[in-house]
Amino acid sequence: MRGGAANPVRLRYTKLGKVRWISHRDVARALERAFRIAQLPLAFSEGFSPRPRVSFGLALSTGHESDAEYVDLVLAEPVDLDALPSRLDAGLPEGIAIVGAVALADRAPALQEAVTCVEWRVDVAHGDLTEVDPARLREQVDAALAEPVLEATRHRKGRDVIEDVRPVIRRITVCDEPSAAGLPTVVEMEMSTQPRGAKPGEVLAAIGDFTDVRALRTYQWIERDGARQEPLDADTRPRVPEACAS
Amino acid sequence: MSDLWPRIEPLLARVEKPARYIGMEMGTEPGSLAPRHGSSRAAFLLIYPDTYEIGLPNQGLQILYELLNEREDAVAERAYAPWTDMEAAMRAARVPLFSVDTHRAAADFDVLAFNLSAELVYTNLLNLVDLAGVPVRNADRSPSHPVVIAGGHCTYNPEPLAEYVDAFAIGDGEEVIGEIADVVGAWKRGGRASREAVLRELATIPGVYVPSLYDVEYEGPVVRSVTPRYADVPAIVDKRTVADLAEWPYPKRQLVPLVEVVHDRLNVEIFRGCTRGCRFCQAGMITRPVRERPEEQVRTMVREGLRRTGYDEVALTSLSSADFSGIEGVVADLVTDQEGTGGVSVSLPSLRVDAFTVGIASELQKVRRSGLTFAPEAGTWRLRQVINKLIIEDDLYSAVDAAYSQGWRRVKLYFLTGLPTEMDEDTLGIAQLATNVTDIGRKYTKQASCTVSVGGFVPKPHTPFQWFGQNGVDELQRKITLLRNAVRGTRAQVKWHDPKATFAEGIASRGDRRIGRVIERVWRAGGTFQEWSEGFSLDLWLDAMRAEGLDPDWFVTRHRTRDEVLPWAHIAAGLHADFLWGDWQAALAEHGLPDCRWTPCYDCGVCTDYALEHVVASPVTPAGGSQGTGQDLTRSAVDVPVRFLGSKVRS
Ligand code: B12
Ligand code: SF4
Repeated sequence: MRGGAANPVRLRYTKLGKVRWISHRDVARALERAFRIAQLPLAFSEGFSPRPRVSFGLALSTGHESDAEYVDLVLAEPVDLDALPSRLDAGLPEGIAIVGAVALADRAPALQEAVTCVEWRVDVAHGDLTEVDPARLREQVDAALAEPVLEATRHRKGRDVIEDVRPVIRRITVCDEPSAAGLPTVVEMEMSTQPRGAKPGEVLAAIGDFTDVRALRTYQWIERDGARQEPLDADTRPRVPEACAS
Repeated sequence: MSDLWPRIEPLLARVEKPARYIGMEMGTEPGSLAPRHGSSRAAFLLIYPDTYEIGLPNQGLQILYELLNEREDAVAERAYAPWTDMEAAMRAARVPLFSVDTHRAAADFDVLAFNLSAELVYTNLLNLVDLAGVPVRNADRSPSHPVVIAGGHCTYNPEPLAEYVDAFAIGDGEEVIGEIADVVGAWKRGGRASREAVLRELATIPGVYVPSLYDVEYEGPVVRSVTPRYADVPAIVDKRTVADLAEWPYPKRQLVPLVEVVHDRLNVEIFRGCTRGCRFCQAGMITRPVRERPEEQVRTMVREGLRRTGYDEVALTSLSSADFSGIEGVVADLVTDQEGTGGVSVSLPSLRVDAFTVGIASELQKVRRSGLTFAPEAGTWRLRQVINKLIIEDDLYSAVDAAYSQGWRRVKLYFLTGLPTEMDEDTLGIAQLATNVTDIGRKYTKQASCTVSVGGFVPKPHTPFQWFGQNGVDELQRKITLLRNAVRGTRAQVKWHDPKATFAEGIASRGDRRIGRVIERVWRAGGTFQEWSEGFSLDLWLDAMRAEGLDPDWFVTRHRTRDEVLPWAHIAAGLHADFLWGDWQAALAEHGLPDCRWTPCYDCGVCTDYALEHVVASPVTPAGGSQGTGQDLTRSAVDVPVRFLGSKVRS
């Protein structure tokens, strides 16, 4: 296919450090500016006010960090994907870096629906930010997970609502080694995102007087037919030899 | 010096919009303009005394930021007013005001440099100085404290802040900031010995006013004189003016914030100054003469700015952008340049009322078509002659017709109320105009709407209306109600500014030194963010006036007489008092005054006194003529001190 050929691409990027305080929307705007700075040949939607064809994956809350965020875009012409991360780097703030780029199959399912599970690494403290004893936390986690229901207060559309978050939780592991930030207690959490997910802090607060001082999303997974894949490995198009791409 | 970030970050999880406090704008990354400190560098903290979203886009501070950071002997960082939630968290955790660049404590800088573009931010200035850990009154500061300076339009009446700000810079800042950096740098390298010494030195810089070096005498409630206490301190402080904007292509690297801010786009200033002569407009009066940027430089700044920032919107800014002589060429090129890139939206603040500018607007706003805004400012031709905004109704209607016919659905009309000589007829005239405008729109679309936005008029220093007694709260409210009733049942919608806020602005705007204590009381009573409806309270102001024994009406609604010494008489914008008084009389006689760019000079004083001249690319009046009317402007422009730029002249 030439001319009107669409070239869907999936990027993986990070959100680390100070930049964690910007919103998901701000990240989207920063990436879109970076695409324009790199003069990426974005494909545009049809219609009266054409928009670049960019679609973002699961939202990451303001304040959370991530090693594994994803965005899908459609390019009007193929580009060198290996060079893409460094090409975009100049236009991005410190902490947001493109760490992978792959060609996507046509009509790959949207990230927001395809991703079913995420993993977190969380530094935990008490609500008043004092240190948590890992043994105590482990006990409380075990007790909470033994129950069929875990009620959490969630902030939805400006209101606090009580919801059962037990179905969301797949695994919570209290780690033995302390975090880099010096807090003695780190947990790993694995949580479903479908039909809806929960924030690490909401789950921790439901378990006891705990809060997330720092939450890092370490993985997002697409689970299909019993197998789990990193989004850069799922729905991708096999690498096209240079000769064919042009 | 300390990086406060480890103490700031824990506060962020609990506040609204934490990204306001992280900095990280594109243009500040290491290796670019990143601030570099050093014991021989004069360190400036540039502060906009309002929220980050309002303050970051301020072009004045961004220009100074670049100029200072380009120097080997200075460094600049920025700070904004933390929102009330963050301020409370900071005070509780004993975190002082900090810079957003490297999160350094404000008190570690040599200078706290404020921009003052609106009077209602004065209480925020006091609050920020206090949050910096610096005494709010300048008399209480020691050499260990930073020097507090301010610039921007409000400093043309510096008196209300005379006891709080050490030095004011009047006028354009591009040159004076370097001279201030020289003085502060020398002071720093000399061990920051005496505060008095550095202030005396600053006072010798043209355009710098150091209020503590002047004595004010009163005669009854009126100022009798403001006199310098030393021979080397100027009796009159003249504004600074950059003669040629071409020499100052700044900001070269406009900061791109990560958070959404107002005016979130590339801004390219295409000219400074305006001589349309609207009598209510302080900005127009104090920034004379007109200095256009060469067309070619505008093109380069737009092209490079878009490429560097990744913005898809650019505003060509000035006080009246459609008047730029090169506008057609610049616009045509912008459109061609951007073909096939998905589009860039261009905005021209302040449109003239003629079909030509509407044409440009539709050409430019292909991408995003919001509402079109026109500013007739007054409801009848009579009153528009009084304020010298000579827009003819038929021109407005044809412009509006052009807009609706080209697919716009919403037209916004700006008006002032409380203008000199205003009668109910004029107020009802606004309703009539708005109704006629929606009727025109309905010829094209059923959804045609018109928003009428009404602001209360505050007389400003250095304008022909500086002698006028402002309308009180009740009178403004009555007029707004009259207007609202008059448009009831039509498709026009009225929005208005709170008359109480207009009153408070009136106190600060033409106040003298005694108003400083009022501002301090309002601040001490918790009155920050007075230009935000959440924060504003007129009662705080009235209580403070009462406590200081001052009569609000004396300051706000009283007409001044010609022989009265106005509190800002020792600050000069170059406008002769005779010219201003004459123009005030002409206003009362309902006489208009043409634009001196295209008609003979009437010697307002600026060009003649300061040896300045208009810098324009074309001697030809824009379509629609001076003031956007069909006035006969065929008379030659030979008498006007005009320098034409080298670029091609259009006919
Ligand atoms: C962009 C803009 C806005 C933006 C952004 C404001 C901002 N952060 O700067 C927004 C939309 C937020 C805005 C809001 C308002 N604005 Co406004 N705005 C402007 C506009 C169009 C451009 C400002 C600008 O960038 N100028 C260009 C730069 C280069 O000039 P500058 O800032 O004056 O800086 C130079 C000098 O003053 C000096 N300088 C400035 N600061 C300092 C500091 C030091 C230390 C030194 C040495 C020198 C120095 O050096 C600079 C370079 O020469 C002006 C009109 C104009 N063209 O000036 C109106 C204008 C400033 N705004 C005005 C008004 C009334 C308002 C509002 C009050 C409107 C309202 N009712 O809400 C609010 C107030 C918001 C606030 N709290 O400040 C009026 C001010 C009138 C007055 N005070 O008498 C103006 C003049 C428009 C007008 N004709 O009415 N505004
Ligand atoms: S001196 Fe003359 S030309 Fe210059 S601004 Fe005043 S009236 Fe216009």
